[in-house]
Amino acid sequence: MADATVPVSHEPTAEETHLRHHFANSAQQTDASTLGMWTFLITEVLFFGGMFMAYAIYRATFPDAFASTSEYMNVILGGTNTAVLICSSLTMVLAVRAAQLSSRKGLILFLILTMIFGTIFLVIKGFEYTDKWREHLVPGFNFHYAPAQFEHNAQILFFLYFCMTGMHAVHMIVGLGLLTFLIVQAQRRVFNANYFAPVEMIGLYWHFVDIVWIFLFPLLYLIGHRT
Amino acid sequence: MATLAHHSAETEIEPVDYLNVEFGWKSWLLTTDHKRIAMLYLISITLMFFVGGAAAVAFRINLLEPEGIFAPETYNRLFSMHGIVMVFFFLVPSIPATLANFFIPIMIGAKDLAFPRVNLLSWYLYVIGAAFTMYAVLRGGVDTGWTFYTPYSSTYSNSYVLAAAFGVFTAGFSSILTGLNFIVTVHKMRAPGMTWSRLPLFVWSNYATGLIQVLGTPVLAITLLLLAFERIAKVGIFDPNIGGDPILFQHLFWFYSHPAVYIMILPGMGVISEIMACFSRKRVFGYNFVAFSSMAIAVLSFVVWGHHMFLTGESMYTGIAFSILSFLVAVPSAIKVFNWTATMYKGSVSFDTPMLYAFGFIGLFTIGGLTGLFLASLATDVATHGTYFIVAHFHYVMVGGMVMAFLGGVHFWWPKMTGRMYPEAWSKFAALIIFLGFNLTFFPQFILGYLGMPRRYHAYPPEFQMLNVLSTAGASVLGIGYLIPIVYMLWSLKYGPKAGNNPWGATGLEWKIQSPPTTFNFDETPIVTEEAYNYGEAEGVHG
Amino acid sequence: MSAHVPIPTLRALVSVWAALIVLTGTTVGVSFLELGEWNVVVALLIALFKASLVAWVFMGIRHSNAMTRLFCVAGLVWLCIMMFITFSDYTTRGWTYQAQPWSHPKAGGSH
Repeated sequence: MADATVPVSHEPTAEETHLRHHFANSAQQTDASTLGMWTFLITEVLFFGGMFMAYAIYRATFPDAFASTSEYMNVILGGTNTAVLICSSLTMVLAVRAAQLSSRKGLILFLILTMIFGTIFLVIKGFEYTDKWREHLVPGFNFHYAPAQFEHNAQILFFLYFCMTGMHAVHMIVGLGLLTFLIVQAQRRVFNANYFAPVEMIGLYWHFVDIVWIFLFPLLYLIGHRT
Repeated sequence: MATLAHHSAETEIEPVDYLNVEFGWKSWLLTTDHKRIAMLYLISITLMFFVGGAAAVAFRINLLEPEGIFAPETYNRLFSMHGIVMVFFFLVPSIPATLANFFIPIMIGAKDLAFPRVNLLSWYLYVIGAAFTMYAVLRGGVDTGWTFYTPYSSTYSNSYVLAAAFGVFTAGFSSILTGLNFIVTVHKMRAPGMTWSRLPLFVWSNYATGLIQVLGTPVLAITLLLLAFERIAKVGIFDPNIGGDPILFQHLFWFYSHPAVYIMILPGMGVISEIMACFSRKRVFGYNFVAFSSMAIAVLSFVVWGHHMFLTGESMYTGIAFSILSFLVAVPSAIKVFNWTATMYKGSVSFDTPMLYAFGFIGLFTIGGLTGLFLASLATDVATHGTYFIVAHFHYVMVGGMVMAFLGGVHFWWPKMTGRMYPEAWSKFAALIIFLGFNLTFFPQFILGYLGMPRRYHAYPPEFQMLNVLSTAGASVLGIGYLIPIVYMLWSLKYGPKAGNNPWGATGLEWKIQSPPTTFNFDETPIVTEEAYNYGEAEGVHG
Repeated sequence: MSAHVPIPTLRALVSVWAALIVLTGTTVGVSFLELGEWNVVVALLIALFKASLVAWVFMGIRHSNAMTRLFCVAGLVWLCIMMFITFSDYTTRGWTYQAQPWSHPKAGGSH
């Protein structure tokens, strides 16, 4: 509050930048949220990292069983989903760009496009899960594997498949919620060229979720084509 | 609000501070003031401390008799709850969430942490986590030990493991958010002139702690999540009975939980640095070394976890590497101990209560740390790992170290947090009782371990009874020692003499502002022009 | 601060998007080649490259300060520490002690 009483003429006002009381200026506020977001992403890297490590250990231990699962993985759906997510990342970064250009319509348009791509991803994911259930590939609940010698060890892969893609999907759903929040805020004309940090931060989150999928796709879908 | 305070000053009304600025439960439960959140945390962790302590008293009573007094299952549940509550709900948040939450913004000249609402969220997550864990206790408890090792936590367990694990999982996120907040605050919220080399060492050590919390805790979260999924889907990933690999669980678990013991000790080291400088009237000897040793500990803590697994089937060759790396951690720890000692040299040392705790810390931490070297040696560890030797080692570091530092810090900053002094004689008496009770409790356990008494058993051979009785007697003394401060601290809230702004004559921004501080700490952002602990010539006559 | 960050050109963003799509096709294509152990290496390298593109352009690391870049890498480095040390356990666990010519004949195994 004390800061607002000494406005500097050429800087944007505290109201414009939604400056919170404990920050000296909007630059400090934006810097803090950027660093905070990156720190949060570090925790996400290590969160998914635990599953990646379990995956790596078991893949190294049971290479044949893991390779045998690739004929049950739908590369077309997985590949399509990868492309869908990449498109959503593009629209997300375009949304940030629109905010930077103070284009409210562009911002809302690209945020909605991002949400559409995100929803397409989840729908395709849903079809994949349904297929897995139909093919008796849901470990613990409905599992029956054709190459019988791999039944047990392949189950581990499918367990990890559901854990990893499931956690990824949870992150996508959270992301869709955040995007909805952004669209509402944008409708209320909260964002302008001087204040779009939330768009940028949620964008970082969205790109991170995309990056996780970029690694999941080859590791889960493309294990053993050549054999 | 600030203007109101000025008007009322002439009528001898108490000045406005963060405690009396607002009243009512809403003003506390919805606060974003880091000081109020710190007080909320202080109350919560104290409650959890006494829950964990009660479990400890109960199983110490069981160990009065060689054949045990309670059923073996009861004993297992008691020590598991003691460990889970004390580690995840007291030690991890103890100093970071209370003292550091309160003082880091003030020490660096900020009005609040970078993300005040996230700070409040972290407290709520803590409470939810504690509630789930308490639910597990009330429904009959967990018998896995605090480590949740498979298959104890899978095949051979009752179903409350999930509730307790979920509690720990949630508390983990609370810890992550605290660490994240500290990292960003220290990076971005420092007042003009507060350079990294002018930061109080308490800030340095909590920054290092924040790094560990952020880098390690997510791995614990995913490990517990996988454990839960494994139990639900019955697919072996950690549980050997259904084809999983328990050592993988241990790798993931200790990747967090070894660094976590540094989450539990680094903030304590920061408190000791502050106390040492203040009551020796000298700048901490080798400031840069002490600051960087905190960072070194934070980094090294991530590459030594395998020393918990020497006996569990880990590769011998990896064990050798872990053994060497574990020895390396002793270097930065020793740097700290030596530098604190050197700080007192030719200082004007006074023996106020915080300093007594600091002395206790240095002595007990040194014993705990040095016995850690025994345990880092592969061959010695084989003999002592499964015994009370490790229990004693761990408690010398955690209770003798961290709890001493916590109490020292609370006594040091209590006048600033509440504006009141506690009774000097009682506080010195309590410090003495705690020190004696602690040693009586845990020193016999070193001997017991050396003689080969295995840990985590409800019964033991009769020849160990004498030492066990001594240990239980010590635990009673220690328990009373912990109750005394509760009484006189509460008393001091109402009847304690006014402390004034700087009762210790200490340096540091927190002592330059009003006690208790106002909501935004500083009327105007301070400009820092001097190094930390500038106990210059003017102070030389003190004491 | 954010006002000072240069606004990315449409061309840069779209070309990164195109590169990511092409690389996705590449990684699928390569997975059908017979490269033995190298399949996973190539797949991971392509994934790492794609992730770097996203981080560098979409997440704006190319305009970030050194601190943000450091934080960006830190998570990955720590993950590598975890993987490397854990794998050192799994790869060496099967190793058994073999008596060497220079070791004491009584102390070693019977090989």
